[in-house]
Amino acid sequence: MTDKTILYKGAEAEIVVSKYLGFDVVLKKRVVKGYRLAKINDMLISSRTREEAKLISEARQSGVCVPIIYDVDLQKGVITMSYIKGKRVKDILNDISEDERKKLCIKIGQSIGNLHKNDIIHGDITTSNIILLDDMVYFIDFGLGEKSSEIEAKGVDLHVLTEAIESTHSKYSNCFEYVLEGYRKTNGKEAKKIILKIDEIVRRGRYR
Amino acid sequence: MICLGIEGTAHSIGVGLVKEKNNSCIVLSNEIKIYKPEKGGIHPREAANHHATYIADLISDSIKKSGIDKSQVDLVSFSKGPGLGPCLRTAATAARALSLSINKPIIGVNHCVAHLEIGRGTLKDCIDPVLLYTSGANTQVIGFAEGRYRVFGETLDVGIGNCLDKFGRIANLSFPCGPKIEQLALNATKYLDLPYSIKGMDIAFSGLLTAAETLYKKGEKLEDICFSLQETAFAALTEITERAMAHTEKKQVLLGGGVAANKRLRDMVDTMAKERDATFFVPEKSLCVDNGAMIAWLGVLMYNSGVRMKVENSFINQRFRADMVDVTWRD
Repeated sequence: MTDKTILYKGAEAEIVVSKYLGFDVVLKKRVVKGYRLAKINDMLISSRTREEAKLISEARQSGVCVPIIYDVDLQKGVITMSYIKGKRVKDILNDISEDERKKLCIKIGQSIGNLHKNDIIHGDITTSNIILLDDMVYFIDFGLGEKSSEIEAKGVDLHVLTEAIESTHSKYSNCFEYVLEGYRKTNGKEAKKIILKIDEIVRRGRYR
Repeated sequence: MICLGIEGTAHSIGVGLVKEKNNSCIVLSNEIKIYKPEKGGIHPREAANHHATYIADLISDSIKKSGIDKSQVDLVSFSKGPGLGPCLRTAATAARALSLSINKPIIGVNHCVAHLEIGRGTLKDCIDPVLLYTSGANTQVIGFAEGRYRVFGETLDVGIGNCLDKFGRIANLSFPCGPKIEQLALNATKYLDLPYSIKGMDIAFSGLLTAAETLYKKGEKLEDICFSLQETAFAALTEITERAMAHTEKKQVLLGGGVAANKRLRDMVDTMAKERDATFFVPEKSLCVDNGAMIAWLGVLMYNSGVRMKVENSFINQRFRADMVDVTWRD
């Protein structure tokens, strides 16, 4: 592995661009946080690394576009995976036409539906974690994900996205309707219950 | 411009006077009375009775301490919400009476936004922070984006202060339990595993509280539980704050609310800020807790940006969220 340049420094991990067996890869390296006890750091770093690698490979089996995993190091908290050289949805969603926006959001919804149909909870569905490349939507950062068949977990998962859309793409809050339109296509069986659940989650929030 | 602000969202009734000078806030006085229940948590009606008992004297005291004359007050502001209905109504009633008697305009402001604005108003170079607002009832991560104060993350169940108080009540500590838990934690010898629950930028405390209760009933040392509770809850709070900073690409972080008095929480957020080359801010304690000065300062900002309110429209709103405020004073 050569050429280590930091592509992005997130809240919990650094994304480093590198090469692995000739492929362009990124290393997701979870960093030790000085503010946390060593015991909490160790527990979070190894469990999140393990869980994330597992979820990414399961997501792939569900037909959702995700990076290909090449290597996992639990001790160091590093996942080596393919580099998705596309554009973050966060950076383009406000600048594309209504028609393109609708198509993109439906695709996002279909992918989330596929994840949920297979009980995969992403845990942090924001527009920064969805990348558009060659007309396909890739999901990255499953760091807060989990496996769950509960309607509650799936509702919360979608609710995170509504908050991200409201806060970062407030002019296009209809986006979420399109996301649901796509979601119904792939997870139609549960969609109704989950959408009702979202309303309940919103109402349960503080001061709503 | 001099503004008198009345805060009364929960267990505190406060009256503060502030003066605006070159866009920054000078606190002239900031008097406060805190209702302490004999046992258990806050009883809204009892708290409101407490506020009604002290508000008139607090207004006189605060004006006296500020060194100005009542006639020099240009504006009266009050906490419109969110909060406990009876408490909010008591503070609002006092504000209306004062506004009418001195014949000066009235304005109702958002309590959560006031916590953020007092930091921006009183701390040098605190310009565009992400606020970690931690109090009894409120736990939110708030930042300015696209013309509004947005709630990026918040508790999905109880506030962190409430969580600490609930555990404290189980362990027979008196209200408010936060400071006692902080003290006990200093004498801990080990960390006990507790669930760490964050969902995106949101956070949940109920599982943590149940697990801490279980440890207490099992007979684990109280000091160790207090320590573990703080370490787990505060690390999770610091993490969601950092996530919001990464998401919004902001380089400043501000603490607010009563729990911001906790030294361990301050240290954690400070360390997090240093690790990502950001700047950490925390107002002095009297401006962190619920207080009248912050209400007064937000009143000044709103009034100067053209917001007006008639006495007959000076309603309270128990569920007044930060993201409902039309921010007219920032670009």
